[in-house]
Amino acid sequence: MLPTMNASFSVSLNSPQFLAHTSFTSSKLKYDTSRRNLGICKCVSSPPTEQTAYTTRVSRNANMAKLQAGYLFPEIARRRAAHLLKYPDAQVISLGIGDTTEPVPDVITNAMSERASALSTVEGYSGYGAEQGEKKLRSAIASTYYKDLGIDESDIFVSDGAKCDISRLQVLFGSNVKIAVQDPSYPAYVDSSVIMGQTGLYENQRYTNIEYMRCDPQNGFFPDLSLISNADVIFFCSPNNPTGSAATRDQLTQLVQYAKKTGSIIVYDSAYAMYISDDCPRSIFEIDGAKEVAIETSSFSKYAGFTGVRLGWTVVPKELLFSDGFPVAKDFNRIVCTCFNGASNIAQAGGLACLSPEGLKAMQGTISFYKENTQIIMDTFTKLGFDVYGGKNAPYVWVHFPGRSSWDVFAEILEKANVVTTPGSGFGPGGEGFVRVSAFGHRENVLEASRRLSQLYK
Amino acid sequence: MLTKVVMSNFHGWKGGHPCNAPSHHDRIARIAGQKKVTRNVNMEKLRNGYLFPEIGTRQMAHMEKYPYAEVISLGVGDTTEPIPSVITKAMAEYALALSTREGYRGYGAEQGDKRLREAIAEKMYGNMGIQASEVFISDGAQCDIARLQMLFGSSMTIAVQDPTFPGYVDMSIIMGQTGEYDDKSNKYKGIEYLRCEPRNHFFPDFSKVPRTDIIFFCSPNNPTGQAASREQLKELVEVAKVNGSIIVYDSAYSSYISDDSPRSIYEIPGAKEVAIEISSFSKFAGFTGVRLGWAVVPSELSYSSGFPVLRDFDRIVCTSFNGASSVSQIGGLACLSDEGYEAIKDVIGVYKENAKIIVDTFTSLGKEVYGGVNSPYAWVHFPGHKSWDVFTEILEETHIITVPGCGFGPGGEGFIRVGAFNSRERILEASRRLRSFFG
Repeated sequence: MLPTMNASFSVSLNSPQFLAHTSFTSSKLKYDTSRRNLGICKCVSSPPTEQTAYTTRVSRNANMAKLQAGYLFPEIARRRAAHLLKYPDAQVISLGIGDTTEPVPDVITNAMSERASALSTVEGYSGYGAEQGEKKLRSAIASTYYKDLGIDESDIFVSDGAKCDISRLQVLFGSNVKIAVQDPSYPAYVDSSVIMGQTGLYENQRYTNIEYMRCDPQNGFFPDLSLISNADVIFFCSPNNPTGSAATRDQLTQLVQYAKKTGSIIVYDSAYAMYISDDCPRSIFEIDGAKEVAIETSSFSKYAGFTGVRLGWTVVPKELLFSDGFPVAKDFNRIVCTCFNGASNIAQAGGLACLSPEGLKAMQGTISFYKENTQIIMDTFTKLGFDVYGGKNAPYVWVHFPGRSSWDVFAEILEKANVVTTPGSGFGPGGEGFVRVSAFGHRENVLEASRRLSQLYK
Repeated sequence: MLTKVVMSNFHGWKGGHPCNAPSHHDRIARIAGQKKVTRNVNMEKLRNGYLFPEIGTRQMAHMEKYPYAEVISLGVGDTTEPIPSVITKAMAEYALALSTREGYRGYGAEQGDKRLREAIAEKMYGNMGIQASEVFISDGAQCDIARLQMLFGSSMTIAVQDPTFPGYVDMSIIMGQTGEYDDKSNKYKGIEYLRCEPRNHFFPDFSKVPRTDIIFFCSPNNPTGQAASREQLKELVEVAKVNGSIIVYDSAYSSYISDDSPRSIYEIPGAKEVAIEISSFSKFAGFTGVRLGWAVVPSELSYSSGFPVLRDFDRIVCTSFNGASSVSQIGGLACLSDEGYEAIKDVIGVYKENAKIIVDTFTSLGKEVYGGVNSPYAWVHFPGHKSWDVFTEILEETHIITVPGCGFGPGGEGFIRVGAFNSRERILEASRRLRSFFG
C-alpha cells in the first residue's frame, strides 16, 4: 500500500508531520516511463483494477531529491510551533528569522495607500507595468545608491525581493555553472543551486560541486582566495548574513581582482548595506573594475520593513559580459520578461516614497532602532563571556558556542529561555558551533530576551 | 496626439534593453575583460523578436510615422478599467495599518495568507474538494509557470496547444527541456504541439500525439478564446490518466465564461490525480499591475515514485519566493468578498460586452470569428493571409494594434487576436474604423 496523503496533511503545511524530515519510501516499485515515450496514446477507458492510489508516470526532479530537508526558516518555524504546542502559555520571543517588527514610516505607507486608491480612478489606473520596474523608481534607486558609480537606471531591475532575484539569476546561469559561496551563508544560494542541477549529492555536510569558502574568526570572516578552486559564480554577501561581518575596501578589491583573474561573476548581496556604521563599502561598485565582474542584489525588506510588502532590485551593469561577449543584462532582461511580470505597483509606489528625502530619513530612524537592539544583544552576550561577532554593521549577532552543536544550543535556548534563534549549521558547515541572534524585535522583547539569556548563561 | 489610453497601453509593452545596438556590443567587448562564464545555451535557443516587444517596437514606429493618429490597442491583454473601490479601499487601509504597531506585518507565509487560501478554496473550488492547503498564492500566473518548470526540471517533455500563450514554450526552452528552433516548421524540437483549429473544434486529436510528461492546457484559451467543453475536458483527463501525464491547466480567464463550460479542471472527476491548476487575479480583477494569482496542487497528485508533487512545490515556493505582496493579498481577499465579487463581475461585464462588439463587427464584415463568447479575446480568421501582414494592414489603415496569430505558434498563422481590454469608447471607435476599412 503506497503511503498516501491522508486528511491530516491537508490541515496545515506548517504542522510538524508535514515538514518533518522523514524519508519517503514507496512500498511498491513503479516502472519509470518518464523518458520520452513515442507510443501512440489510445484513448480508451481503462477499467479500474488497482486498489493502490494512482500515481502519474512523471519522474520526480532528481535535483529536488538532493535537498536535505525543508528550507531553513520554515524548519525553525516548525520547531517554534512544536514548542508552543508543548508549552501553550510560553511567551516565545523570536530573534530567529530576520523578520522586521517596527511599523513602516507614514510617508511610505501614505504613498502606497494613495497609489491603491488611485487604481480606482480612470486617471490613476495602471495595468501591466514594465517588468524591469517603473522608470521613476529605477531612476531613484540609481541616484540614491549608485550615484557617481557609473550605474544608471537602465542597469536596475526592480523585483519582489532578493530571494526571488537569486532564483531568477540561477535560472539565467543554468545548470552548467559551478558556484562558490561563503561558509556560512544565506541558504537560498546553495538551495537554488541544487534545484537548478548545478550540484552533486550531499556528502559530509556539503553538496559536491559547490565551492564553500570558509569565513570564520581566524580569517576575519573573509575567505582565503588562494585556497579556493575556480567557480563560475561567486555569491558574496556583505554585510554578511549570518555572521554580520562587513568586508573592507581592501578585501573587496581583492575579491574583484580575483574575479577578474578567474573570469568569474560575483553576485554581491548588499541587502544590509544601510546598516554599516563604519566606512566599509556599501556597494561592490565602489570598487574599481567591479562593473565588469559583478551583479549586485538588494532589498527594501530590512530598510523599510518591506518583508511582507515585497520589493527589491538587482543591478546588472552593461559592462558585464559572458565569455562570448554577450551582455548578461540582455539575458537577464529576457528572464525577467518571461519568468516575472514586475513587482506590485503599490509596493513600487512605496519604494519611491522610501527614496524621497523624508523617506530616507525615516528609514534611517528605523535602522538606528534595530542597531540599538543589536547593541543590547551584543552587550548581553559579551558580558556573559561569549565570543561575539558581527553586530556592528548588521542586525545580526554571531555568537560562538565552541564544541557544541548549534542545533543543540538552539534547542536549549528555546526550551529554557523561550527565545528563538537560528542555529549556525543551518547556514553551512562553517556555521557549526555558532548561533545567529537577530536584532529585529520590539525593544521590550529584546530587553526581555536579554534578561532571560543572562539568566540562562550566568 | 498621444492619448492617455495609448500611453497606458504602453505599460504592457515589454520594452527592449539598450544593449541591443551592435556597435554598443563591440565597444563594450573591446573595453571589457575576459569572462570565462559561458552564456546559458538554453538562452541562446530563444528567438529574438519575442512577440510583445516586437509589437511594441512596431507600435512605436507607427506612432512616430503618424504622430497625430490615435492608436487604439486591442493587442496585449492589459486591463484598462479601474478596480472597484471596495477592493482598493481594503488595500489602502491595510497599507496605512502597516504604520501602526497593531497593524504591522512582516514576512507572510510563502504559501500565502491563510484567509485568502481559504477564500479561494471555498469560492473557486467550493464543491470540488480542494483544500486551502492545496492553494498556493503567487504574484501571478507567469511567475507560477516559471516556478512549476523549475520544479519539473530539465528532463521533462511538454505538450502545448498550438496556438498557445508563448510563456509555456519560452520557459520550457529556458529550463533546457527543448531542442533547437526549426525554421521550416516554426516549432522547437522536443515540444509536442497540439493543433487547435476550427476543424477540430479547437481540441487536439490526442490519438495522433506521443505521450509527454506535462500537458499545458489553457481554457478559456489565450489566444483562441475557446472554452473547452465538459466532454473535451473529460477526454483530456482520460488521456492524462492513460499516459500518466500531468496537466497544467491555466484557468486565468474562467471568469469570462458565459455558458456552462467548466470553470475549473477539478469539475472533472479524477482530475485531482492528474492536474495542477493555475489562475490569476489579473484579468479577473484588473490586478495586472497589483500582481496576484494562485496555483492549486492537489495532495493526490504524485510522481511515479508516489512522492507528492505538492511537497516539492512547497519547497520551491519556500526557496525561490517569499510570498505575494501582503497588500495585494488583502486586495485579493476583498475581491472574494460578496461586495467585491459583485463589483468585479460588473467590470468583467464591460469587457465581455466589448468582446461582443468586436465579434459582431468582424462577423458583420463576413469574417470567420472564433472566441469572444467565453473570453476577452476574439480570434479572427484571414484565410490565405499572413498574420503579420494582416496586423500591419490593420495598424496602417485603422491605427489599431492587434496580435498576429503566428506569434502564438504555427497554428496561429492566418489568424489575428483582437482583445477586448479597452474603454467602451475606444472599442466603439475601433469598431467604426474596422467597419469603415473592411466594409
